[in-house]
Amino acid sequence: MKEILFHSFAALTIVPALFVVMSRKPVNAAMNMLVSFVGLAGLFVLLETYFLAVLQVMVYAGAIVVLFLFIIMLLDADKSPAPNLIRFLASLAAFALMVCGGYFLVFGCGAGPYPEISAEAPASLSRTFGVELFTTYLLPFQLTGFMLLIAMVGVIVVSRKEQPESTGDEQ
Amino acid sequence: MIIGLEHYFFVSVLLFAIGFFGVLLRKNTLVVFMCLELMLSASILALIAFSRYHTTPGQGLMEGNIFVLFIIAIAACEVAVGLSIIVALWRRNQTVELSEINELKH
Repeated sequence: MKEILFHSFAALTIVPALFVVMSRKPVNAAMNMLVSFVGLAGLFVLLETYFLAVLQVMVYAGAIVVLFLFIIMLLDADKSPAPNLIRFLASLAAFALMVCGGYFLVFGCGAGPYPEISAEAPASLSRTFGVELFTTYLLPFQLTGFMLLIAMVGVIVVSRKEQPESTGDEQ
Repeated sequence: MIIGLEHYFFVSVLLFAIGFFGVLLRKNTLVVFMCLELMLSASILALIAFSRYHTTPGQGLMEGNIFVLFIIAIAACEVAVGLSIIVALWRRNQTVELSEINELKH
């Protein structure tokens, strides 16, 4: 049962990711990315990391994809032209090289032995996340809050409409 | 067939390779950015799988999962800033095609 679920979720992650790369319209790419992230959340559930699966669906599939779709609608980006053949072949060669290299790295004779899965999952409860975040990782947690604030201010500054130079002086 | 760490690892490698393929292939800035997100989520999957498989009953390894939490926060920031930069580029050049944004080249 778990094998069938793993294979279906892996296919649900990989195949839409390929469509993200191959589709010519940005809207189709964003929609395929949504499906890919949902498949990835399914893989997280199989790894018994339920909190991160929920977070993946909420942040990635919710916020980030919606933000992408919003910008696509705002910019009115149309169908991009097909890439030329040399560029396509060179990218495909790099892709094939990475996949083959990864295959030999993971399944080759030098790899492993891989550890067996233990019965007890470390992160099956979201309570453990809270305890760890507020004891061991308190400083990085605070810094993340500052980083979010800086990103918010930076977005406002970058996307503000440019004022003419003369109006800057008068207060 | 028992699903081991290597299978999750290979899915992660495939997702990363697809993202890299897209970054090389596509010229649209928005799609390139989406492929970057795919690469980030591939690294997230690898972190969670390693953290799950290397844990022992006595000691639960939470480091990988906590890192994933921070990576998700950083990805949200990165998307917000990157998309605002893309909007600024569009306002300036009226295009998001990378082949036409080549001021630094000349």
